[in-house]
Amino acid sequence: MNVGEIYTFKILRYDAHDADKEPYFDYYKIRVIPGLTILTVLLRIRDELDGTLAFRCSCRSATCGSCAMVINGKLDLACRTQVGSITEKTIVLEPLPNFEIIKDLVVDMTPFWNMYEKVQPYLVRTSPDPEKEIFQSEEDRKKIDQFVNCILCACCYGACPVLAREPGYTGPAALAKLQRFMLDSRDERPASALNAVNDEKGVWACDTLFRCIDACPKEVRPTDGIVGLRKQLVTHKFKGIFGSNRKEKQS
Amino acid sequence: MLEHDVVIVGGGLAGLRAAVGLCGRYNVGLVSKVHPIRSHSIAAQGGINASLANHPNAKDDNVEKHTFDTVKGSDYLADQDAAELMCREAPGVVYEMEHWGCPFSRFEDGSIAQRPFGGAGYPRTCYSADLTGHVLLNTLYERAVALGVKVYTEYIVFTLAVDEGRCHGIIALDQSNGKLVQLGAKATLFATGGYGRVYFHSTNALINTGSGIGIAYAAGIPMKDMEFVQFHPTSLLGTNILITEGARGEGGYLFNNKGERFMERYAPKAMELAPRDITARSIQTEMEQGRGFENELGRYIHLDLRHLGEQKIAERLPGIRRFCIDFVNVDPVYEPIPIMPCQHYSMGGIDTNAVCETIVKGFYAAGECACVSVHGANRLGGNSLLETIVFGKVASGAIDAYLQSNGARPDEKVLLRTEERTEGKIKRLTTDGTEKPFSVFDDLRRAMDDYVGIFRTKGELEQGLSKVLEARERYKRIRVSSPHLHMNYELVGAMELEQMIDVAHTITLGALLREESRGSHYRRDFTDRNDTDWLRHTLASKGPDGKPVISYKDVIVTRYQPMARTY
Repeated sequence: MNVGEIYTFKILRYDAHDADKEPYFDYYKIRVIPGLTILTVLLRIRDELDGTLAFRCSCRSATCGSCAMVINGKLDLACRTQVGSITEKTIVLEPLPNFEIIKDLVVDMTPFWNMYEKVQPYLVRTSPDPEKEIFQSEEDRKKIDQFVNCILCACCYGACPVLAREPGYTGPAALAKLQRFMLDSRDERPASALNAVNDEKGVWACDTLFRCIDACPKEVRPTDGIVGLRKQLVTHKFKGIFGSNRKEKQS
Repeated sequence: MLEHDVVIVGGGLAGLRAAVGLCGRYNVGLVSKVHPIRSHSIAAQGGINASLANHPNAKDDNVEKHTFDTVKGSDYLADQDAAELMCREAPGVVYEMEHWGCPFSRFEDGSIAQRPFGGAGYPRTCYSADLTGHVLLNTLYERAVALGVKVYTEYIVFTLAVDEGRCHGIIALDQSNGKLVQLGAKATLFATGGYGRVYFHSTNALINTGSGIGIAYAAGIPMKDMEFVQFHPTSLLGTNILITEGARGEGGYLFNNKGERFMERYAPKAMELAPRDITARSIQTEMEQGRGFENELGRYIHLDLRHLGEQKIAERLPGIRRFCIDFVNVDPVYEPIPIMPCQHYSMGGIDTNAVCETIVKGFYAAGECACVSVHGANRLGGNSLLETIVFGKVASGAIDAYLQSNGARPDEKVLLRTEERTEGKIKRLTTDGTEKPFSVFDDLRRAMDDYVGIFRTKGELEQGLSKVLEARERYKRIRVSSPHLHMNYELVGAMELEQMIDVAHTITLGALLREESRGSHYRRDFTDRNDTDWLRHTLASKGPDGKPVISYKDVIVTRYQPMARTY
């Protein structure tokens, strides 16, 4: 007995190693039982129908950030999208926008990681470490909560209209990561660290259209981070105290 | 040949911690099959154990008590010197991670928050909501970025270059361009994770094939204690996504279809916080005796968090709530969670001593792929994250010491020979054959579920063994669809399948031979622990015919003589 409905999966195929060949779509008809995710279907296609299909995946639980793609025009993780949640019977799968395709649904994430590295995405301390933990109130811990939740899946990067026209833009994920550290009560980087993003390719490039917020599968709001960074820049500029320690200024 | 002083394989917590320890002083290359931030460490939820004594009810907790809980939890199969080392290092590495920026949850006084976990005498599990692996992995990757660790992303290691008892590096496939590369090194560390995916039902990421363990085994390094496979009591029905032990640590109850908190029959004192082996068997027994629930996805029991209230669930278990809503349409604030036990963790692995050394000079292993052994026959929750970071650090120290007196560069001829052998294997897989790799793999993982599961018998294990042998035969005839090597995931799967068959073989054979019940290994036909004959580690080496040859090694007992294990 056959349970479930038949869906057509229309998947973009392209191989950068065979660049003479134009991108095209392959069609796969699959019977889907309730509860199956897009990722389960992709795995079934590769395992049973077409061993040449390329896509990334790992944790299958919306945690590792590998399987971001465009699903019927919407950016999301393939592993957390249930086929049954889609009303159309043809489901189009395309790679993340704003990246070069390596093969099929696999894109070259290098520019995304370059931007991530550019913002110094790590805790900066100048004070000596205490013997035990650096104390932090739960209230201060909560300030960074939403930015800590980011899984670096690049849905926001793919959704960003600014990146579509300005590939040099730092992008929402990297800026949100910077704000995660700026808001951390333990971080001691000088305010001048913001200079790296104080230009038309940094925080000022954002059009505040909130597409990144819509696209985020983990309820992070990168725009909040970008706006927060702008405020800090404006405040510091006004006071003319670039280069001094943030902690000293606040006290 | 590309060359480094040290090549580290694996971008999870153990590999990154070792890289951070060595970078700057040595030329380090870190090879990872996925971007490091995608490594399976990211999925750990509940926490990391350290006797910080921050909790008001844990003021007299200490290293000795943590060690005792670990040894007792291991059903006395852990090597006690190694367990003690891990517990002694624990507070230091937790503070270090905090200094590097790890955003732990906090108590009111601003200290690192700690919660109760299974098999522990005190609340000593440090956590960050239910995202502890996520925050630890991000923090260590951030540290690696700060130090400029060289990472080879999406390189798949196929072979270890070993000659006359010395390791010269690895052969790996650069997936993006399809080229095989020789990565020579004076010292090589494997931190390649566990072998969960040899089972059909597993909480593990799809990348956890155990390939690293199989690659080391093929190069002559024994696997240890492979029959000890942890089945987690609470995975989400259907997808088997992990539901952290922290859910019970925060006060969650387990109920059968009669509305009974059935753990009182199995562990009257510890109840839901009994160790995982005992809790998983209890759930399985309830289901087998008709006291579970059932729907089209299978049998299950209830994990009930409703009495914790929305605020506590939102604060402490937000990720769990999200999983339940996204994957089974259940909000644990209002409904119990349908859960089933399934494969979760590999206690066994590459045989190492307490400082991550193996029988091959210049080759080390750390983290889940290694068997030190600190977990023995059953790992306690919160000790796996701890093991990765402590032994990543320990391995970096051991490698540092080795390089001080062993400066010999890798031998290019050995790497070339190894590469040629690897090429031959790939050619075989892409030119002739009739079997689909997936079909062999699927039969194998289903057989492991059916015959080498939570409860085991001689008859079932023999059936399992014949299925493994069948897979071994069929493997000789497999063929992948495309001869291209770039982004060819089917080829990578086919290469790893050989290692998975070896892993499955040693698990099954070790389980068949071990005629006792200890920790996670439970024999219905030998229900008691037998310290006289079996207080020893199983070692499996690859024989000349490709099949495992089994031997045994004594357990290191220092302070704790084996006692009856009750909770």
